[in-house]
Formats: sequence, C-alpha cells, structure tokens
Amino acid sequence: MSTLGRVLQWFADPAHWSGSDGIPTRLVQHLQLSAESVLIGAVIALPVGIVLGHYGRFGNLAINVSNVGRAVPSFALLVLAFQVFGLGDLPIIISLTALAIPPMVTNSYVAMREVDPDVKDAARGMGYRELAQVLRVELPLAVPLLMAGIRTSAVQVVATATLAALIAGGGFGRYIIDGLDGYDYTKLVAGAILVALLALATELSLAGVERLLVPRGIRLLRAPTAARAQVFKAA
Amino acid sequence: MPNGLFLDYVDPWINWAWLVSHVAVFSDALLQHITLTLIAIGVGLVISLPMGIVAHRWRALRNPVLTLFGIFYTIPSIALFAILIPYTGLSTLTAEIGLVGYAVLILTRNVVVGLEAVPRDVLDAADGMGYRPLARLVRVELPLALPAIFAGIRIATVTTIGLVTITAVIGLGGLGQLILQGLVENFHTPLLVATLLSIVLALVADLALAGTQRFALPWSRTA
Repeated sequence: MSTLGRVLQWFADPAHWSGSDGIPTRLVQHLQLSAESVLIGAVIALPVGIVLGHYGRFGNLAINVSNVGRAVPSFALLVLAFQVFGLGDLPIIISLTALAIPPMVTNSYVAMREVDPDVKDAARGMGYRELAQVLRVELPLAVPLLMAGIRTSAVQVVATATLAALIAGGGFGRYIIDGLDGYDYTKLVAGAILVALLALATELSLAGVERLLVPRGIRLLRAPTAARAQVFKAA
Repeated sequence: MPNGLFLDYVDPWINWAWLVSHVAVFSDALLQHITLTLIAIGVGLVISLPMGIVAHRWRALRNPVLTLFGIFYTIPSIALFAILIPYTGLSTLTAEIGLVGYAVLILTRNVVVGLEAVPRDVLDAADGMGYRPLARLVRVELPLALPAIFAGIRIATVTTIGLVTITAVIGLGGLGQLILQGLVENFHTPLLVATLLSIVLALVADLALAGTQRFALPWSRTA
C-alpha cells in the first residue's frame, strides 16, 4: 500500500483519536503551549512597541534588537532553555515567548510610526489629551499592522512548538519525532500533515480576526494584499 | 565527551580542552551549513527571478501567486521535511527541496514588489528613449528593483541559516548537528559553541550582504 493510503488509514483508526497520545490531546497541548507563549509575548511586546512608536524614540534600537533576535535559531533556543530549566513546559514557553516578541515589537512600533502626523495634529487641535489620542486615534489606525505582527508571531510560535517534541514536549511534533525515531513513516507523515494544517488554520483564522477588528474606514484606505512587513521564518 | 565520575561531574558551559581537540568537527559543520545555505539561495534566485518577472508582467497572476506563496510559507519546515522523507529519504535533496522552496517564496515576493516600485515616469522616459520591452526590463527596471531584491536575499539568507539547523532532525543540519548532539548527550560545549557560530554566521552574512549592496548599488543608499 502507498504511504498515502497508510496515512489515510492512520487517520481513520479510532485509536488515534483518543487517549494520551490521541489527536485531540496533542492538539490541546500544541494550542495551549502556543497560546500561552503568544499571550505572554504580547503583554511584553505590544506596550513596548506602542510606547516607542508613539514617541518615535529608540526605533533603531528596537529594530536592531529584533534583528539580532532573528539570527538566533529557534531550535538552539529550545535546546538551550531545556539545558537551563530542565524538563517540562517552562523551557518551551520561555523560548517560544522569546521568539514571539520581536515581530510584535517591530510591527507595533512601525504601526504607531506610520500614523499620519496630520491626523495626530488634528487630534491635538480637537483637544484630545495624549492618552485619549493614543487610545482613540492612533491605536485604531495602527490595528492592521499591529494585528499583522501578532499573526506573524502566532504562526511562528505554532511552527516552532512542533520542535518542542525534541525536548520531550507534547503537541503534534510528538508524532513527527516519534515517527522518525521508530522509522514509522505513516505516523511521521500524519504528524506532518497535522502540523501543516494547524499552521495554516492559525494564519487563516487570525487573518479573519484581523478583518473583523480593522475599522471599515481604514480597510477601504489600504491596499488589499501584501501590506504586512517582511517576514522571517523561524521554524 | 565529558568524562569523570557520573555523580560529581558537573558539565561546564564550555569544555575548552574538548573544544580545542574538536576544531575540525566545528569547521566541517560550519562548511556544511554554508554550503546548504548557498545552494538554497543560489537555486532560489535562479527560480524566483523569472517567476517574479512573470507575476509582475501578467497582472492577473500577481495576487493569486503572492497569496498562495504566503500560505505555503506558513507550513513549518519540519512538517515539509517529514512529508518528503518517504519519497526522498534522509538526504540533502530533502533538505534542499525545503530550503530552496522557502527561499523562492521570499525572493519572488521581493522581485514583484521591487518591480512594482519602479516609478511610472521612469518607465515612460525609457519608452520615450526607444527602449524595447526586454532592454527596458534588463537595463531600467531590474536595476531599480535590485534594492528590494537585495532586501529579499538578506531575509532569505538569515532565514535559511536558521532553517538549516532544523535539518539536523533529518540527519544533516550543519551546526544544527552539534546542537542536537549537545541535546542528546547533555553536553553543553557543542550546543553553546554551535549556537554562537550560527548566530555569528547569520549576522556576518547579513552585514556582508548589506555592505555588498552599498558598494554595488550606490543608487540604493538613500532608498
């Protein structure tokens, strides 16, 4: 039987849909690790990017730091965290968080910088105080790029969470790594398909959220495709 | 390998004696890392230049191609390698299909964006001067698109250097091999040194490309 046939059979087997190594359990693990890391990353990165972008200070510093961050291989980051913190979810979440931060800092910085200065002047002229100006004028205008940064981070984190299986983590990466170790190509390919689908689903659903969050007036202003800043691939 | 009594042995972050006696291991790994990266970027450029030009020329192709490429780009490399293994095995071919693929996805987009950024006035002037389409493309449009293409090469290079470490999982990996060895043997020296080398490699490659761009494309300095 072809590899593809065996993979389809693997998916059809009810044994793979329950238990501690079943698809639902692995999916929850994968999503949980990713969501926690992106959330912690966002809480750290967005305020930094937004404040720096609003004042227009230290932009080069922020961008250079994230450039150096990009040179660190995500695989090495995971292994190093494992050596320092040992077994468990902690090293995984720390390294995934570290990976999630740079795209969100850069994108939120650029998002705030690119708010039209005339619009800011107008807000000032209308009597907005600084905080109200940031919250009610600049942030809504920055939403498209801000969301693009979160989406980039999330997709990278979901991809890299696969590698967590190398340091005894859960998630869909388990099927790939266990499949490789046991020369079980059916499991290997099934895991790869699940990982790919999850990454695509993350990208598409966050693109959907982005559409919902961007105010209609701004959506009309923007070019449809490829507005997102250049993306490095982490894993 | 670390030696000494198991119980009271503490692995130092860098075991200098081991490092000095294994320099060849690191230089071999570094060489493999650079080779895998160069092949990916070289082949990637050869494929994506014509692809980008075609997607730019035939406007109807532009959005579908870029959207499709963006979607493929989200597929994690380890998943792609894993899907290929039953067909191409644990081989350089498997690694390069993935690495070239991702490089193409980055570079094609930049070729298109670069060509789009050429001002309409410049194209009109070239037409007015009697350039034929091919000559206009080669002598006017591509030189003006080069800064964007170079930006793509820099991103693709830094990305590829990172992705090469992941090919350790399929038996290659360049410096990634040593990172994996550090993990499997709980041995800090290869892990730490290989990580540092791969960071340095990415930064040096990025700076070298930036320098080349400044030197070779003086018109991109202000852009």
